[in-house]
Amino acid sequence: MTRVLVDGEASGHLLVLREPLSFWGGVDPGSGRIIDRSHHAVGESVTGKILVMPHGRGSSSSASVIAETIRIGVGAVGFILAEPDDIVVTGVFVANHLYGTSVPVIITNLPENPGRTVHLSARGARNVEGE
Amino acid sequence: MLAGDHGDGVAFAMELVVKLAEVSDAPRLIDITSAHIDGCLYHGAAGTDFVERMVNGGASVSVPTTLNVSSLDLLHPELYRGSPETAAAARRLMDLHVALGCEATWTCAPYQLAVRPSLGEQVAWGESNAIVFANSVLGARTNRYGDFADLACAITGRAPLAGLHTDAGRAATVLVKLDLDGKWFENELLYPLLGHWIGSRCGSAIPAIVGLDTRTTEDELKALGAAAASSGATAMFHAVGVTPEAGTVVQATRSQDVPELEVSESELIAIRAGFGSGEGRLGAVSVGTPHMSAAEMTRLAALTGGKQTSVPFYVNTSRSVLGSLPHEVVDRLSTFGATVVTDTCTYITPIMGEVEGTVLTNSAKWAYYAPGNLGVEVALGSLTECVSSAVAGSVELEDSFPGAP
Repeated sequence: MTRVLVDGEASGHLLVLREPLSFWGGVDPGSGRIIDRSHHAVGESVTGKILVMPHGRGSSSSASVIAETIRIGVGAVGFILAEPDDIVVTGVFVANHLYGTSVPVIITNLPENPGRTVHLSARGARNVEGE
Repeated sequence: MLAGDHGDGVAFAMELVVKLAEVSDAPRLIDITSAHIDGCLYHGAAGTDFVERMVNGGASVSVPTTLNVSSLDLLHPELYRGSPETAAAARRLMDLHVALGCEATWTCAPYQLAVRPSLGEQVAWGESNAIVFANSVLGARTNRYGDFADLACAITGRAPLAGLHTDAGRAATVLVKLDLDGKWFENELLYPLLGHWIGSRCGSAIPAIVGLDTRTTEDELKALGAAAASSGATAMFHAVGVTPEAGTVVQATRSQDVPELEVSESELIAIRAGFGSGEGRLGAVSVGTPHMSAAEMTRLAALTGGKQTSVPFYVNTSRSVLGSLPHEVVDRLSTFGATVVTDTCTYITPIMGEVEGTVLTNSAKWAYYAPGNLGVEVALGSLTECVSSAVAGSVELEDSFPGAP
């Protein structure tokens, strides 16, 4: 079952995170690189990726960091989550409004094959196309 | 509000509140009586752009709204070691929040201010430790509001009716039983260590702790909650016989059967050791994360006993608490050589400078975040140990700690 949390459109490689990531303290807002030393994907970049993770984690400041990465242009271009996450939705929703971006956030069964390029077009409550 | 009758700023804020209601399947919005905003800490221009959009759109907060720590200590500006550009941007973000009608409280412990919400009050609070304290200790009702969302609620005066705002959403979902010797309950480190354990083991569940002393103080519960909200996503805990919605286990769980976990002494000892051994040189001490209460400041002043610290010793507190202290307390801390930091905190902004050696702290939250934020080694000690170590110039742990050599 797929559900759209934030409308948008994105094309990019999937970056699949098995563990949730806190953007605050976990991602360098200037470069989009994962800096959380305890995270399995430390050193990877979220830039231009469709980020796949169960949900967000940790600090409420993460919404600011997500918005800042999108503002600078080093953020993820889309989010695929397993469950609703207020913080991710807030950061993306505000950035889309302020900067005219169209980063989508959807909930669906998490894809498992990283590296695949995906086009994501998310519009309305249940109307999702993915390939 | 959505239609823009109250201006563009209010309309944008309401769109965000409605979006969050949709995400959490809330049936409707509720009125809130106060808000606490975490978005005044500078993380980059996006935060400023959002608040500026609100100001330019004619918005202002519609309920009493307090502000969390910022990046700057306005009372002691000389402590800031960052770039002037960042300081100017951080100051602008602070000014914009004040322009919206927020109170310049600059504290992560708004529950230590004179006015605070009471049992059953619906509020929208940001900052993880403030959220867990409001829900657990005050019995006020808030979800975990992140940056932007807290301000959107403050401006609209509304929040989605979901989660911890509802009766059912506040029931304990796991029991945490303490299998601990009596000596643990005389040691103040029980609270940060137990909080860290809960955050690590319970995730976002609502634990009901069974076995805490009925005389557990607000400062001890503050340390517990802050630690849990750092290592995990704890937004509320119950302490049976202590916190207001947990007179009994049945009341805390709302009669539901829930799984049980048991905390052992060895796990708490391992958590302390995991933060750092404290061996080697002591570089600095930082206490007061969350901000110290007046009672803690008074106790710290008494512990210093006319001695002097031999390493930099930072004390984080609010301007409100600092202003309420008798002169003797402030004088004693000054004699000791403590650096009092207000409006901000040593783990989020460049105040400490280069530290050679371990930083000792009484806060599991500080110990959790500082290694990543500041690149320092840490160790956890009681307030007494922090003072005696600072005087000695090396980490001096007490023999009374369970598991001490």
